[in-house]
Amino acid sequence: MFKIVNREEMAQGTIILNEIEAPRIARKAKPGQFVILQSNEKGERIPLTMADVDPDKGTITIIYMVVGKSTASFGKMAVGEEYFAVIGPLGKATHIEKRGKVVCVGGGTGIAVLHPITRGLKEAGNHVTTILGSRNKDLLILEDKMSKASDTLHICTDDGSKGHHGFVTDVLKDVLEKEDISLVVAIGPVPMMKFVSAITKEKGVETLVSLNPIMVDGTGMCGGCRVSVGGETKFACVDGPEFDGHKVDYDELSNRLRAYLDDEKKSVDDSEKNA
Amino acid sequence: MAGKDKKIKVPRATMPEQAPEVRRRNFMEVPLGLTDEMAMTEAARCLQCKKPACVEGCPVSVDIPGFIQKIADGDFSGAIERLWDKNALPAVCGRVCPQEIQCEGNCILGKKGSSVAIGYLERFAADKARELGTGALPKVAEKTGKKVAVIGSGPSGLTVAGDLVVKGHDVTIFEAFHQTGGVLVYGIPEFRLPKDIVAAEVATLEKLGVKIELNSVVGSTVTIDELFEEGFDAAYVGVGAGLPRFMNLPGENLIGVFSANEYLTRANLMKAYLFPEYDTPIARGKNVVVLGAGNVAMDAARTAMRLGADSVKVVYRRSREEMPARAEELHHAEQEGIEFVLLTNPTQFFGNDEGRLTGMECLKMELGEPDESGRRRPVAIEGSEYRIDCDLVVVSVGAKANPLLTNSTPDIDLNRWGNIVADPATGKTSKKAVWAGGDIATGMATVILAMGAGRDAANSIHDYLTIGW
Ligand SMILES: Cc1cc2nc3c(=O)[nH]c(=O)nc-3n(C[C@H](O)[C@H](O)[C@H](O)COP(=O)(O)OP(=O)(O)OC[C@H]3O[C@@H](n4cnc5c(N)ncnc54)[C@H](O)[C@@H]3O)c2cc1C
Ligand SMILES: Cc1cc2nc3c(=O)[nH]c(=O)nc-3n(C[C@H](O)[C@H](O)[C@H](O)COP(=O)(O)OP(=O)(O)OC[C@H]3O[C@@H](n4cnc5c(N)ncnc54)[C@H](O)[C@@H]3O)c2cc1C
Ligand code: SF4
Ligand code: FES
Repeated sequence: MFKIVNREEMAQGTIILNEIEAPRIARKAKPGQFVILQSNEKGERIPLTMADVDPDKGTITIIYMVVGKSTASFGKMAVGEEYFAVIGPLGKATHIEKRGKVVCVGGGTGIAVLHPITRGLKEAGNHVTTILGSRNKDLLILEDKMSKASDTLHICTDDGSKGHHGFVTDVLKDVLEKEDISLVVAIGPVPMMKFVSAITKEKGVETLVSLNPIMVDGTGMCGGCRVSVGGETKFACVDGPEFDGHKVDYDELSNRLRAYLDDEKKSVDDSEKNA
Repeated sequence: MAGKDKKIKVPRATMPEQAPEVRRRNFMEVPLGLTDEMAMTEAARCLQCKKPACVEGCPVSVDIPGFIQKIADGDFSGAIERLWDKNALPAVCGRVCPQEIQCEGNCILGKKGSSVAIGYLERFAADKARELGTGALPKVAEKTGKKVAVIGSGPSGLTVAGDLVVKGHDVTIFEAFHQTGGVLVYGIPEFRLPKDIVAAEVATLEKLGVKIELNSVVGSTVTIDELFEEGFDAAYVGVGAGLPRFMNLPGENLIGVFSANEYLTRANLMKAYLFPEYDTPIARGKNVVVLGAGNVAMDAARTAMRLGADSVKVVYRRSREEMPARAEELHHAEQEGIEFVLLTNPTQFFGNDEGRLTGMECLKMELGEPDESGRRRPVAIEGSEYRIDCDLVVVSVGAKANPLLTNSTPDIDLNRWGNIVADPATGKTSKKAVWAGGDIATGMATVILAMGAGRDAANSIHDYLTIGW
């Protein structure tokens, strides 16, 4: 079960793609849904969005940034090795419909999460403008695929090594000025989603964001993933992960993502010591 | 009656235990178990009543005097067979049943002195059988060719699976987690119920032919109707009460406020108490407050103590008498230095500028008129607000029905709390060929009631597969 059948490195090895055998999940998964994985019995349960699925082949694809102990252990697994557990599909699927002109904004590995949604929006007949951001040109992922899934593609880099020199929000403001946009989908680091939402809120453009709080079970059983949306507590794993970007309390989310900062460091130190 | 009076005078067995000051910092089991001699002496206290009141107090009618007599006779494998007749998980029940309000609460000896220690003896017989490998596996009936899906591997699902595989059906358990056992593995801590006991019970089921599909969230990974399409003839839903209740107080999303489900799942299922050997972290509070007073609250409080807390307070809005936890858990918790702050209700949580919990505000309560449950209603004393400093709060005020599976199966009727409506005698639901039982039907109850419901449903499923709906 859960054998890795394909593995690719992206962004100079900082981002990894795994295609994994998971036939039951592949049959059911829809854009926007995620899985929870454990590389071994002692491993943490890690949520990752499915960047692609192949129901005929019975595989799912995840794309993740190596940020800590668990993603590092995933990254070390070779083709042929098996994940100990893969659970899903979890969360609500993105509601995809024809809205007219839409903008998809992606940053970091959020681009991987955004890709199936962008493709879905285009297939549903929308005119899709995509804005991708990364620190520099080498860390940008899925440019070709995103280009195919979009009508117009803008690239932004923090250091100006490719495309617009600056943030995705600069380009977004521009697009919102010039065109009549009915929906913005923004997926990426929390500050990015926060700033995008602030801009679109001012313009009154509906905005969907995908939240990534710390999770345990992913089935609504623990409440660890709670986020405040419009003053109400929601469980991101079952009520989300997508929410109305104008209503999310991003500062609370940023805080909660730092809950285990000291332990995460300890975990990495400990595994390096053992290696 | 001379014999009876003499028996009343023999003192009830005392369970050997790890000393409180030692065990409050380790995760090893607290009670150590009776020796053969202690068990036989205790068993000899039983009066072998003609109309045993204890059996009436047992939700699954275990032949209590029968198994006790076998222990008294030194026939330990005879004892376990008597137990297995009615109870598939005696090693678990001997440890976690609220005996004081069931069998032992009814025992005639308790009227004048102390009841027979039925729970200790049940545990003894089961541990003995596991240790010695005695007690024959039940004989599996000839294959019927019928396929049953059991959804959830808690005590109710395990009971259904065991009963039906023995009756010759082809049984597959679908479990959402990567491990079987339900609350027995993710909720109840190692120091109260060692996980290898649960694993041994599941291994027995596998030996009998039960198949297990882990990591299968029914409702998401596969629906009940898809299971029928795959060729299953009947389904049992035993998915428990897996939705935490919060109190909706200001500050409840601060870092440091956890549901008991999250806190205990991290500690038990993910073995966070062994971090960093295991990867999952857990908050190790110095000043811990647990809200609620049931078994779950006691488990959370005692876990926090074992994770190195300086102080652990159980804050409960009613009085001592109303604390719903088993008597033994309350007693053990107090011995370990857990403080009970009664007639007290939280009103809000305070945090620092990083969003971390620093304290909470509470109101003192007094008991007023009785409410619908017959218990005196706690009423707030105006102006009694005060602050408790704390860096970890575990909210243990109950659980509700998780809607994940039922949302995907709209033709199963629910009650107004979201629990599945199941016939109390058979477990039948409104959907053909689907049964339900345990916490998903009753709301959070007990292990033995979940198992009892499983047994009734297994009989009804067997009738359906051999006779019809
Ligand atoms: C629904 C969802 C979908 C996601 N999809 C993707 C994706 O497609 N690609 C991708 O690269 N990342 C994704 N993430 C984020 C990913 O789960 C975290 O990067 C990962 O858990 C980090 O684990 P670690 O042990 O490697 O790092 P750690 O050092 O443990 O943590 C690094 C940071 O990741 C976060 N984190 C840690 N543990 C968890 C956890 N159990 N659950 C969630 N976040 C955690 C914390 O904020 C932490 O500070 C997603 C998160 C969620 C909730
Ligand atoms: C911390 C704690 C302490 C307790 N202490 C005691 C005690 O001392 N004595 C006592 O008698 N009772 C105690 N209880 C209550 C008792 O454990 C429960 O009443 C009992 O476990 C209910 O059994 P169940 O089989 O209905 O469900 P559970 O034990 O809850 O098992 C349900 C299983 O179904 C799985 N599941 C859920 N959804 C799905 C899905 N969609 N697809 C597949 N699988 C799914 C879950 O992962 C779980 O494994 C305690 C409960 C807790 C939480
Ligand atoms: S009521 Fe007490 S004395 Fe009588 S049979 Fe039961 S355990 Fe024995
Ligand atoms: S991850 Fe546990 S409820 Fe969402």
